[in-house]
Amino acid sequence: MAKQIFYEDVQVGSEVTTLEKIATTRMLVQYAGASGDFNPLHYEEDFAKNLGVGRPIVHGLLKRAWLVNLMTDWMGQEGTLKRLSCRYRGMDYPRKMKSFEDPVDGDTWYCKGKVTKKNDADHTVECEIWVENSKGEKNTTGAATVMLPSKAK
Amino acid sequence: MAVFTVTDSLKQLIGQKEPPVVFKVEEGAIQRYAQAVGDKNPQHSDVEWAANSKWGRVMAPPGFMGWPISTGFNLFKLFEKLMKAGAPMGLLDGGVEYDFLAPIGAGDILVGEIMVASIEGRETKMGPTMVTTLQSTYTNQRGAVVLVVRNTFLNF
Amino acid sequence: MAEFVLTEALKKMIGKEEPLLIYKVEEGAIQRYAQAVGDSNPMHSDVEYAAQSPFGRLKSPPGFVGWPVTSGFDMFQFVEKLIAAGAPRGNLDGGMEYEFLSPIGAGDILAARIRIASIVGKETKLGPTMSTTVEITYTNQRGAVALKARHTFLSF
Repeated sequence: MAKQIFYEDVQVGSEVTTLEKIATTRMLVQYAGASGDFNPLHYEEDFAKNLGVGRPIVHGLLKRAWLVNLMTDWMGQEGTLKRLSCRYRGMDYPRKMKSFEDPVDGDTWYCKGKVTKKNDADHTVECEIWVENSKGEKNTTGAATVMLPSKAK
Repeated sequence: MAVFTVTDSLKQLIGQKEPPVVFKVEEGAIQRYAQAVGDKNPQHSDVEWAANSKWGRVMAPPGFMGWPISTGFNLFKLFEKLMKAGAPMGLLDGGVEYDFLAPIGAGDILVGEIMVASIEGRETKMGPTMVTTLQSTYTNQRGAVVLVVRNTFLNF
Repeated sequence: MAEFVLTEALKKMIGKEEPLLIYKVEEGAIQRYAQAVGDSNPMHSDVEYAAQSPFGRLKSPPGFVGWPVTSGFDMFQFVEKLIAAGAPRGNLDGGMEYEFLSPIGAGDILAARIRIASIVGKETKLGPTMSTTVEITYTNQRGAVALKARHTFLSF
């Protein structure tokens, strides 16, 4: 894990350290098992086609979990995630697997964020956050508020 | 294309509470979740590391809780109820908003109360669309509200 | 068509043990498993019912433990290791054998010893085929052997 970031280290406009993710069909199955979300939209070709999304799509909830991961990695052990929201604006499609462990070449997802506001009163930092795919499409966008430790204390 | 019109039987569902669900937060469930979303922070996976951390136990990544279905709540039944009341059959997740009020960790026992907060008719690129917001409030065994979540669903 | 001939590297793996695994049996994992396989016996899902039973707690359905993946063993890595040693890339589950020695329930902590019992070259309808048998012995926190499982995998 990265070293602790402090409230004083960030300014409005500071970037949250980018987190790279690759969605695979295997990950979608594993997510289904861990979360209990067995919506066929994420594994049935025909079901997805009939719904009009072409083929099985990445769970919005998985992309949301990546955004949570983005913020918790960035804020470090002493930070506190207070609030997070996101909207799903478009579909993302997982890479298929070519072996047990490795996906075929394809999209990579970049979870990014930027500080939009600092609140001196409680050392909270507001960020705009999003997941961007290799084509530059921001299909999941949102906002997060974290409380960071202060050097002043 | 037109705005979806909310039927009277749908309007009656607004504000209705579902029976509360009780959810035990277990170490293994947190570990599986962290692995599934690719969160490598040892606070969520390494029992010994977590025991020596400031929390003293494996903690759930924010977002572990909040999707009603993972708590044993039968979301599909609720959707069927909405569809019977006139909601269109197409269904997509529209987004989520969390208020993280206190940390959640292994051993916690949470009570979740789920309510249909709002149902609105709109016009979107999917055509006439119904937007439903579910609000879930989770309270832990010490009586503290730990999490408030608003999930938005689109029926089209 | 011919029998698969074992490489020296594969022969050397016979009898090898994998690192010991510790697995905590949790209520939620039993419930999820029972639900996934469609086992509606309340001993696997209803905590209160199970508490009133002579067993006194949720009991895992036989077969809950025994598939190495579910106890934290990285089966995929193991198969990759076989492939690196010369095993063909195609893979199928060839079957299994369980010896249920004492019941396993929520709260149990199991230690799993995993050993490659045999690797044999054969000819099957898949072509030259390698048959690997992995033996797993689970011992509970009271020192009792709870389960012996033997899995056979076909590489072709």
